[in-house]
Amino acid sequence: MPKSLTRRTFLSRAAIGCSLAASPLVTPVSFAAAPWDNRLVVIILRGGLDGLDAVRPWGDADFAAARPTLAEGRDPALDLDGYFGLHPGLAPLMPLWQAGELGFVHAVSTPYRNKRSHFDGQDMLEAGLPALDGITRDGWLNRMLQGVPGAVAETTYAIGRESMLLTRGPAPVSRWTPEVDIGLSAQGLMLLELTMQDDPVMAEVMQQAIRLAGQDGDGVVVADEAAMMQDMAADMKALRGTKGHLRIADFAATQLRDTARIASFSLGGWDTHARQAKNLPKSLGTLSQTLLRLRDGLGAAVWGKTTVIAMTEFGRTVRENGTKGTDHGTGGLMLLAGGAVRGGQIYGTWPGLSEAALFDRRDLMPTDDLRRWAAWAMRSSFGIGRDQLERTVFPGLDLGDDPHMLL
Amino acid sequence: MAFDPITAETRFGCGLSPVVAPPTDVAAMLAALAGPDTAATAHPIDSFDTARNRIAAMSKARSAIRNSGSDTAEADAKTLRKAFLRETQGHWIRWFTHSMLRRATTGDGLRERLAFFWSDHFTAKGKKNNLSKTTTAYAESAIRPHVAGRFEDMLTAVVTHPLMIAYLDQQNSIGPASTAARKRENKKLGLNENLARELLELHTLGVDGPYGQTDVRQLAELLTGLNWSVHHGARYLPRLAEPGGERVLGKWYGAQQGTLEDIHNVLRDLARHPATARHLAWKLAVHFVADTPDPDMVAAMERAYLDTNGLLPEVYRAMLDHPAAWTGTGTLKQPVAFIGSALRATGLTPADTAHWEAHFVRRNLLRPLQIMGQPWEDADGPDGWPENDLAWRTPQGLAARLQWALRVPEILGREPTDPRQFVFDALGPQPPERVRFAAEAAESRREGVALVLMAPAFQRH
Repeated sequence: MPKSLTRRTFLSRAAIGCSLAASPLVTPVSFAAAPWDNRLVVIILRGGLDGLDAVRPWGDADFAAARPTLAEGRDPALDLDGYFGLHPGLAPLMPLWQAGELGFVHAVSTPYRNKRSHFDGQDMLEAGLPALDGITRDGWLNRMLQGVPGAVAETTYAIGRESMLLTRGPAPVSRWTPEVDIGLSAQGLMLLELTMQDDPVMAEVMQQAIRLAGQDGDGVVVADEAAMMQDMAADMKALRGTKGHLRIADFAATQLRDTARIASFSLGGWDTHARQAKNLPKSLGTLSQTLLRLRDGLGAAVWGKTTVIAMTEFGRTVRENGTKGTDHGTGGLMLLAGGAVRGGQIYGTWPGLSEAALFDRRDLMPTDDLRRWAAWAMRSSFGIGRDQLERTVFPGLDLGDDPHMLL
Repeated sequence: MAFDPITAETRFGCGLSPVVAPPTDVAAMLAALAGPDTAATAHPIDSFDTARNRIAAMSKARSAIRNSGSDTAEADAKTLRKAFLRETQGHWIRWFTHSMLRRATTGDGLRERLAFFWSDHFTAKGKKNNLSKTTTAYAESAIRPHVAGRFEDMLTAVVTHPLMIAYLDQQNSIGPASTAARKRENKKLGLNENLARELLELHTLGVDGPYGQTDVRQLAELLTGLNWSVHHGARYLPRLAEPGGERVLGKWYGAQQGTLEDIHNVLRDLARHPATARHLAWKLAVHFVADTPDPDMVAAMERAYLDTNGLLPEVYRAMLDHPAAWTGTGTLKQPVAFIGSALRATGLTPADTAHWEAHFVRRNLLRPLQIMGQPWEDADGPDGWPENDLAWRTPQGLAARLQWALRVPEILGREPTDPRQFVFDALGPQPPERVRFAAEAAESRREGVALVLMAPAFQRH
């Protein structure tokens, strides 16, 4: 510590051009090149999305009878392929469908059967294993990264407050939640830079923190204490309120335009046991806004290299229940979006909704393993080897034939 | 290097306090630990049985409503359950506040640190709704009373505890040749090895310990019969037990009829195993002193463990008496330790927490802990929290610490101490010069206090 440092010299140093922009804490850094050019976004829809409501099998003779109130209304503008129609809550995505940038895989599920617990179901989905044996310690996205030389923490972002099993494991993954918001005066930031000199390693991480905090909406430096408090309160409110998903999408887009290649986050609100016609549109609206915001944030060039997959722990019962909702089921829906996907079509094998065709006489029969689709998304986007996918990422999975879901 | 009071409080205690003097020597630290648990008396946390009895009462009341035949029975049962969950949440938040007050006000900081360390070593949490938010009470009942005792007593208390039995699926484990299996009482159940595996890998011998899959399987069979219920707590049910003896690490346990005694015997032997001594000595040293601790210090701790059959204060003494315990830069504080020591440095009193209502604690303490990467009592798996600095020194983690540090005035509900004084309260009579300068040059009390709390010297033990 130089003895010459006094309040006056520090402040005059600040005044004579050692400006904030030159402060190491706010100077941009460059990272090593990413291992690929394509982008993958994995969205976990927590709570069990009702795939039958999101993408409705209008052409199935048994559909209307199973869902007296939920199957009501068929807007021709939402017709997808003459057999399936889109839920009005997803209407904002119709242009994507028409542009071939949106598709679905119907009647898919993980190998999870019968127990219908959200937590176990989500663990299965994120662990990517055929069965839950004890407590799982890593997720399939992390196991994929473990086999990629050149994948660094900045390659993958897990976004949101919760720790996701999907990205957990030994491979480095960056975590960030836009809830973190720092508001410091210019003076405070420079003093922070000063105290961090006592620990260069911590200083470097703090520098990344300041950089990230400045990227998710508003700057780090605030005019005064009142402004800081106002900023922080507004941010907390925004994230708690209805705009949290937009900030997550913005942050993901910023990172993916830069050196990140994979982003993952969760959206909740799918557990529609009651009044589904009122509740599901909100969640579908959130999903639609998230995807559109992501597309806008990425820009045409990066969107063109992007594949988004959205998956859920299980589908819901075919029949509507007594509270105008649906209960935990089995076969579900997977959503594909992005400029890289071969959209405008419904993938998968439709099992039908006649009672004999149902799983356990109550759920949509899963006709395929959704892990296979996630595997093909990684294989087609990043060229991950079939062997690695079948043995390490999804042990025991048969990848089968290429569904050609990407362009 | 040898004992110094500042390091003693920072590295082995809960941090410096403007009110409570740091310990004067190692003997004083160990004497406090051997004395009564005054922090627990001052800031009580319910026992696990109290929490379990609440669950039992709720479940009884719910059955009564359901059996009443009333038209609104289903709805009433739901309402009751919702009220119960809200109440449970309230208890849990109060226990959290008391945990923080213990850290902030104690004169026996080593005990708080040890209670946290051993609770992490024996990580358990409720996976199903009923047992959720009972970890605090579990630690209070099964772990805290033994932190200054013998490891084997803690091990026995934990392994035969309802929360651990539930967490590691022991409640679903039955002997393949047990009476219950032969009568096909529950076709879905079979032998579950989860508790046996974690008991060997995490709780005792360690992942590199001298055991194999056969030992895991045999131990799992030996553990069958160990179960619990909401109404009775932990109990041994012979009809679930695998008949015949089992051989674990070359030794036979049990005879034709399994007993709880056999389980106690194997736990004692595992506790006294040399691999356990090595594993625990290493883990304690890593937690308190350095990511890569001095091998000679670890060896001294291991010897103390073996010489006393796992009398823990002797292991702590071996660590504290070793010069290596007092050198180096210390480890990065985990978020709970950071928040606890920050509150202690501000001189937090019970009166300061009067405005800590449930939603306030959630927003200002529990959510920040989660964003820092350490949601309260919610580690991802039974291996608990990572110990290495790298896991905690993340951009999100540090940003969240800074964001929280800037909220200290709101958390206290009063003006914090003048930063020019606070820098000494938090870092002792000789704070790093840069930090002292920053505390003086800060534009506001808020930023000055935050800068002190974020200083590398405060972030490390």
